[in-house]
Amino acid sequence: MEFSWPLLRQLTGDDRTARGPAARSARTEAWRARTATADRVVKSVCPFCAVGCAQNVYVREEKVVQIEGDPDSPISRGRLCPKGAASLQLTTGFSRQRRALYRPPGAADWQRIDLATAMDLIADRIIATRRETWQWEQDGLRTARTMGIASLGGATLDNEENYLIKKLLTALGVVQIENQARVCHSSTVVGLGTSFGRGGATTFMQDMQHSDCIVIQGSNFAEAHPVGFQWVMEAKARGAVIIHVDPRFTRTSAPADLHVPIRAGSDVAFLGAIINHVLENELYFHEYVLNYTNAATILREDYRDTEDLDGVFSGFDPESRTYDPDSWQYEGMTTVAASGERNAEYERRLGKVPPGRGEVQGGTGVPLDGHPQRDETLRHPRCVLQVLRRHFARYTPETVERVCGVPRRLFEEVCRHLTENSGPEKTSEFVYAVGWTQHSDGSQFIRAASILQLLLGNIGRPGGGIQALRGHASIQGSSDVPTLFNLLPGYIPMPHAHENERLRDFLSADAPHKGCWADMPAYLVSLLKAWWGESAQPDNDYRFGWLPRLTGSHSTYDTVLAQLDGVCKGYLLLGENPAVGSANARMQRLGMARLDWLVVRDLNLIESATWWKDGPEIETGELRTADIGTEVFFLHAACHTEKSGSFTNTNRLLQWHHQAVEPEDDARSDLWFMYHLGRIIREKLAGSQDPMDAPVLGLTWDYPVGGELAEPSAEAVLAEINGWDGEGRPLPGYHALKDDGSTACGCWIYSGVYADGVNQAARRRPAAEQDWIAAEWAWAWPANRRILYNRASARPDGTPWSERKRLVWWDAEAERWTGHDVPDFESGKSPGYRPPPDAQGSAALSGIDPFIMQADGKGWLFAPAGVVDGPLPTHYEPQDSPVANPLYGRQCNPARKVYPHEDNRYQPSGDEPGASVYPYVVTTYRLTEHFTAGGMSRFTPYLAELQPEMFCEVSPSLAAERALVHGDWATIVTARNAIEARVMVTDRIPSLHLDGRVVHQIGLPFHFGPNGLAKGDAANELAAISLDPNAHIQEVKALSADIRPGRRPRGPALPELVRSYQRRAGVGAGTGTEA
Amino acid sequence: MAFDLDERLGEGRVGFFTDTSICIGCKACEVACKEWNQVPEDGLNFTGMSYDNTVGLGADTWRHVAFIEQRRPLGHQEPGVGDMDFRWLMASDVCKHCTHAACLDVCPTGSLFRTEYGTVVVQQDICNGCGYCVPACPFGVIGKRESSGTAAKCTMCYDRLGAGQEPACAKTCPTDSIQFGDLDELRERAERRLAQVREAGLTSARLYGHDPGDGVGGTGAFFLLLDEPEVYGLPPDPVVTTRDLPSMWRHVGVAALALLVGLSATAWRRRG
Repeated sequence: MEFSWPLLRQLTGDDRTARGPAARSARTEAWRARTATADRVVKSVCPFCAVGCAQNVYVREEKVVQIEGDPDSPISRGRLCPKGAASLQLTTGFSRQRRALYRPPGAADWQRIDLATAMDLIADRIIATRRETWQWEQDGLRTARTMGIASLGGATLDNEENYLIKKLLTALGVVQIENQARVCHSSTVVGLGTSFGRGGATTFMQDMQHSDCIVIQGSNFAEAHPVGFQWVMEAKARGAVIIHVDPRFTRTSAPADLHVPIRAGSDVAFLGAIINHVLENELYFHEYVLNYTNAATILREDYRDTEDLDGVFSGFDPESRTYDPDSWQYEGMTTVAASGERNAEYERRLGKVPPGRGEVQGGTGVPLDGHPQRDETLRHPRCVLQVLRRHFARYTPETVERVCGVPRRLFEEVCRHLTENSGPEKTSEFVYAVGWTQHSDGSQFIRAASILQLLLGNIGRPGGGIQALRGHASIQGSSDVPTLFNLLPGYIPMPHAHENERLRDFLSADAPHKGCWADMPAYLVSLLKAWWGESAQPDNDYRFGWLPRLTGSHSTYDTVLAQLDGVCKGYLLLGENPAVGSANARMQRLGMARLDWLVVRDLNLIESATWWKDGPEIETGELRTADIGTEVFFLHAACHTEKSGSFTNTNRLLQWHHQAVEPEDDARSDLWFMYHLGRIIREKLAGSQDPMDAPVLGLTWDYPVGGELAEPSAEAVLAEINGWDGEGRPLPGYHALKDDGSTACGCWIYSGVYADGVNQAARRRPAAEQDWIAAEWAWAWPANRRILYNRASARPDGTPWSERKRLVWWDAEAERWTGHDVPDFESGKSPGYRPPPDAQGSAALSGIDPFIMQADGKGWLFAPAGVVDGPLPTHYEPQDSPVANPLYGRQCNPARKVYPHEDNRYQPSGDEPGASVYPYVVTTYRLTEHFTAGGMSRFTPYLAELQPEMFCEVSPSLAAERALVHGDWATIVTARNAIEARVMVTDRIPSLHLDGRVVHQIGLPFHFGPNGLAKGDAANELAAISLDPNAHIQEVKALSADIRPGRRPRGPALPELVRSYQRRAGVGAGTGTEA
Repeated sequence: MAFDLDERLGEGRVGFFTDTSICIGCKACEVACKEWNQVPEDGLNFTGMSYDNTVGLGADTWRHVAFIEQRRPLGHQEPGVGDMDFRWLMASDVCKHCTHAACLDVCPTGSLFRTEYGTVVVQQDICNGCGYCVPACPFGVIGKRESSGTAAKCTMCYDRLGAGQEPACAKTCPTDSIQFGDLDELRERAERRLAQVREAGLTSARLYGHDPGDGVGGTGAFFLLLDEPEVYGLPPDPVVTTRDLPSMWRHVGVAALALLVGLSATAWRRRG
């Protein structure tokens, strides 16, 4: 008998000491897990990084009560990192700003505003600014656009939201559309795209377990992507060698077999030396290299290498600081410009390759025409392999010691592991992230790894490849769909302004092409049909003329200058925080202070929303709140549990997250915001006969809405992205697209995601029921392939290289390719197929051409086109560097983009006088506990308490040299700004010995800012805007600075400190701007 | 007396095996624990103790990851940092759910109790905040929460166990450093893992808390460490602080008996 009184239970039961069952209280008896009592479990995806961990969202009485990992996911297996684990607090915590806020011009504080009123005012502002700044032409060329409005953000949003942003703003004539992809991984798209044909990671997370050696370089994998790192640990448990090459010993180095400390920004020298080692010792995978790369292709006679010209390639024009890439071509083959016949005047101004064109290769490869000549013996002095050999000859182990500060013994260790673990039986994988991308020659860092992996035969094979780790939930999607100025969905280039540019000129439809480029007309016409529907007809060029035109670079950094110049007057920030997250953060705020209006949509009151009242320039007196005329709207964004949509993870996988609950108060999805903004604008413009309004009035903008909030259907948007035929039936894939206007498709590479009218991205067949490929979990572009270029996993004759590394092979009996993964090859094209001389499109590629997006079907060791700053990676010093380039007479990438401006001063470098004023190398990085610019972590108590304050990491020897005290404060100064940070003296950031000198490095996490719970100065205050010319990505992973003990000065003394350093170093307008 | 009950532990006893050799110090366990158990934020203080700003276990921190930077080699790992031996140890600490749990022994209210899973849990509705349990714990795990005035510590997610779910920390752990399961099975697994790790060159590796013969009768949460327990802030030889209670009671009993006998003898003599 059970009694309710504990004493009776104690006396009558077994538990005589009353320390067990007898002691149970009534509450304990009634204690149930809220996961067990939830009304429903909603399937979702983590909103932080791009690993794409699946989440189960538990809902009770229409409230989210718990969020945890979904064990069914083949990627995350139910696990979450601290950020993912804090999703409940992120989405339901008290920090979210739940009401719309309004700051009138000059006002000292926010006031509440009704959401409908705010939407109406924003629509009015957009219409007015657009009218005021509309530009039909520039320099006599039709532009049909406004430079008065810009938007930034999208990588934290759903693909469907990105799609509506791009669609509406483009129709409004806005070209300055950008997102985090620009500042994080744009150089990835260039580097991987030109090498292999597509700009995404070549492999997927789970496949890392099959690797025999994993080299993590330019990435703090374990800290920035902890759940993905489980697959590295899995590989390690299976005996793989794990190598971490990084300036710091991080949480990634801790479990690695080998940590190689390297000077930040010197990776090309390191990788170049491995390439040299592989070539000189004949360690490359001969059969793979000969058949699958362009090693045998012969280059033109007029090509000159950096070896000949002391650090520049042939074709360089020092005045425009651009290359004419013609001499880099294959003998007998020429590049065909994707934009058709080009305007000579235009080329003179902007260079042969239009700005922003580099990323186009992310989807389509580089178009080429003609037949290249080859030397199958690889001995011809102008064949790529021999050119490579010559180019990298000076990249020796001694070079690595002198440039990177890596001892020869360590370097040789890396070479040994890599080469021993590559070949028919073994594969090695490279993993990188923004440690490689964020340099003034970032695309070339990725090119260097691509060359090495091709030489070792590691692309397209299990356990091999290059894993690009992206850092936002949908940053791959915001590149693909995209919200980038230079691209249309699916990496179709945005048109530049030209004389008489018609659709057929743009497509060069009458010029024969090889590879996938040949189908571009179908992709573009289908896109125009998706946007302008019935209005898009053959006789009006499918409304191609309604697309606004580019006239140069309109990247987010160009936008900042346009704001300072008063050209850009309105700014939409959609889940991005440039006041902390972009280079030269102060300049970002100064730009915003010149705006007429600013709309910030976010979960929390981030720095980019509040700089006008409490930003650093208010404290220094550089800005006065009352003088700032910017009208600011803060709109509360819905979080991932409050809306449905898809994220594209770092491995091109589209995963659908379902709405769990309705957003509360003024929170709305960005899908809602863009859709209703478009609706209101269209209502206000209805009946307008002004031709500038035609594109927006002609837009297909009739998405079904539902619920009390009139939320547009994300699935309807996904269906448009997938595309349909003339009868409205969903398309099965991009092969079904037509160039005759009979199909519509919002993003050709995503076509197939809604095949059969089924949301393929929402598929969730548990991992336990599938093999490691897990093809029925969500949907990957292209065509649900998980390992790209997987034809290369088989020998030229179609049989696997080895049993151990079997993936895709030719089934001779069935006469088709088959295997574990979806073959990334025409399924019926036999290994013996050789194209007839007049073949076009895919038919022009042979049965041994695994890189099907490339015009020649080969992996590009040498890039004859597509990379604007050189066909081969070359070591250049970062823009600001205390080290003189020991390899060439050129200090920096001669083609890099610099923005001389009084708020963006560069520093003397190397042997220049004044360089010693900024003597230390600075690198920035992420911490596990925080997320990007902090908007989703610094306001979340459970994350903020784990890393509550900005700090700097210095070595004991630097601390001694500068009298820095552990736990105390230090001030770090560059020519842009000065910040303070708590000092962490640690052996984890070793000082390096190179060329007889000691180089100290300073590590700075970049998450912090003045708002939120975890606080501190932003590392990006220190960085200059100096960009990679291909991708317009900023150099923040390597710069130079001084460090001194104590806190930074307050008030006007802060800019005075910065100026005093500038004076001492002799910093002027021309400093550091030489080609 | 107290140990009679504890010695019956075994059947159905569950526990944690925390394999610190694969911990990447991400602190997901700390956050997942707080989210599930609604544990308050525990202070926003930069400590400078490597990446550890949590400092230790307490009422508002039920999982704590320690970070130890050492100028020592990590087994077969190549020295990288400036040609200097270096390793960075990380370990997630938690309530040990001892076989001989002193907190449970000293609790005067019956708030602390031994569950059907062999774990030790504080019942918030019973606890009167006397705080006896706080100094009783040989590991310094349990603390008194200021906001509620009651004692608080890891429950091994008692409610989740009731629903057939594993504790939040073990579920979230990205590398499976925290493993949850049947304690006997975990102990066997840990022995195998120890052999493997030692073979790989980590000769300083050892298990901690797995031995039923130790001062607390073995712990329900035990660890594979790569160095001395003190390095991680763990007591090298923990002893249940109530170890001497039975003998004290015996001595008291003997003394009382002796006194009684003496008194009786005296009284008898007087009568005589």
